[in-house]
Amino acid sequence: MSKSAIDGPTKGGFSFDLCRRNEMLVKKGLKGPSFLKTGTTIVGLVFQDGVILGADTRATEGPIVADKNCEKIHYIAPNIYCCGAGTAADTEAVTDMVSSQLTLHRYHTGRESRVVTALTLLKSHLFSYQGYVSAALVLGGVDVTGPHLHTIYPHGSTDTLPFATMGSGSLAAMAVFESKYCEGLTRDEGVQLVAEAISSGIFNDLGSGSNVDICVLTKGHKEYLRNHLQPNPRTYISQKGSFSKKTEVLLTKITPLNKLVEVIEGGDAMEE
Amino acid sequence: MTKEHANWSPYDNNGGTCVAIAGADYCVVAADTRMSSGYNILTRDYSKITQLADKCAMASSGFQADVRALQKHLEARHLIYQHQHNKQMSTPAMAQLLSNTLYYKRFFPYYAFNVLGGLDGEGKGCVFTYDAVGSYERVGYSSQGSGSTLIMPFLDNQLKSPSPLLLPAKDAVTPLSESEALDLVKTCFASATERDIYTGDKLEIVVLNAKGTRREYMELRKD
Repeated sequence: MSKSAIDGPTKGGFSFDLCRRNEMLVKKGLKGPSFLKTGTTIVGLVFQDGVILGADTRATEGPIVADKNCEKIHYIAPNIYCCGAGTAADTEAVTDMVSSQLTLHRYHTGRESRVVTALTLLKSHLFSYQGYVSAALVLGGVDVTGPHLHTIYPHGSTDTLPFATMGSGSLAAMAVFESKYCEGLTRDEGVQLVAEAISSGIFNDLGSGSNVDICVLTKGHKEYLRNHLQPNPRTYISQKGSFSKKTEVLLTKITPLNKLVEVIEGGDAMEE
Repeated sequence: MTKEHANWSPYDNNGGTCVAIAGADYCVVAADTRMSSGYNILTRDYSKITQLADKCAMASSGFQADVRALQKHLEARHLIYQHQHNKQMSTPAMAQLLSNTLYYKRFFPYYAFNVLGGLDGEGKGCVFTYDAVGSYERVGYSSQGSGSTLIMPFLDNQLKSPSPLLLPAKDAVTPLSESEALDLVKTCFASATERDIYTGDKLEIVVLNAKGTRREYMELRKD
């Protein structure tokens, strides 16, 4: 499909040119590529001094655990962090992109970044990709206007909430929040509640697991508690100590290389 | 003109992993106790192992409703056999019966992936491994279920004898002692639990030997 002069310069967004060809291939039996999804539990809550974000650390590829201890709380700005659920590559790419855009913006304006700025950059990017960038985010931070917590959906809609959960374990985590959340929590109460919500996701949702990561954001200060809780140690280590049997050798064949190549003594040195 | 396919399936996969290892005078049959559906856990404490005869135990993963129905069928047939022959069924006989039962439903199969373990007529360990429609083989060890792709290569590495082209053909049973085989099974499940989301919670181990049957449990990761 060629762009006529009336359409103007190509703006962002997805080009659907290849869709008909993809459909034809699927009809012929082609299996599309699979994605690494984080099958996650991510949460955020607002407490009296700021925002606390929490996440589990399991990344899955279908029924297999691809990474037992991945990082789902992404850096956006010194005062803004973002948890990501959905396709791992998408959450990683979109948060890195907005983070670098905000750094340039900080140089341009000379001011601390605001959460609503990150929010607008993320939502407009996701909307222009019509949900194909599969990133579901919990964005939190503290700026001059106060503490903020938002959820962002893959299609580009956002919510502003006092507490939020996303990912496959969101129902398990939300059950904990709905029972125990109240306004004006202290830091320790907030961390405790977030840890409980993530643990609920870890133990009751098969897509989430391993450890609890927490990030506490207050005015002018951040605390990244990587692996704050590790409630899943390996349950059995063999008495043998190590398994010595390696892949068995069936045949060893040694071919001296100078039989296969021509060796020129004192030839030209390789070019730099 | 594409055919319209049913939106409803009579099957569900409840996950789980089963392993069996045959020794010179014992047999170990093990399975995890997690029952799941999709991303949810239905229960952490469900036994997938049933003792069909004195010297014969079966572990099955897959669709537990079909597994339960299969277990009931085999237990009933065993009872009839005992009435007619005045003795317990031997493990090879039970193996054949299971195969026939599965093939009987070839065109609406039991969604059950089975391993049968026990002591044969001579008191040696034997393991039989099955697919969903009854194809079976006597082997020295086997695993079935969601974690089998993770466990089987490890068991092949630890238990399989070197290529039959190099050495005289070896016995199917493992030369390991009972305690070594138990250590191996526990390691297999602890490792499979790390990487398979459908395996975990608790491990149930049934050990059959000349002295009788023994059951053991071990905790696994619950996430």
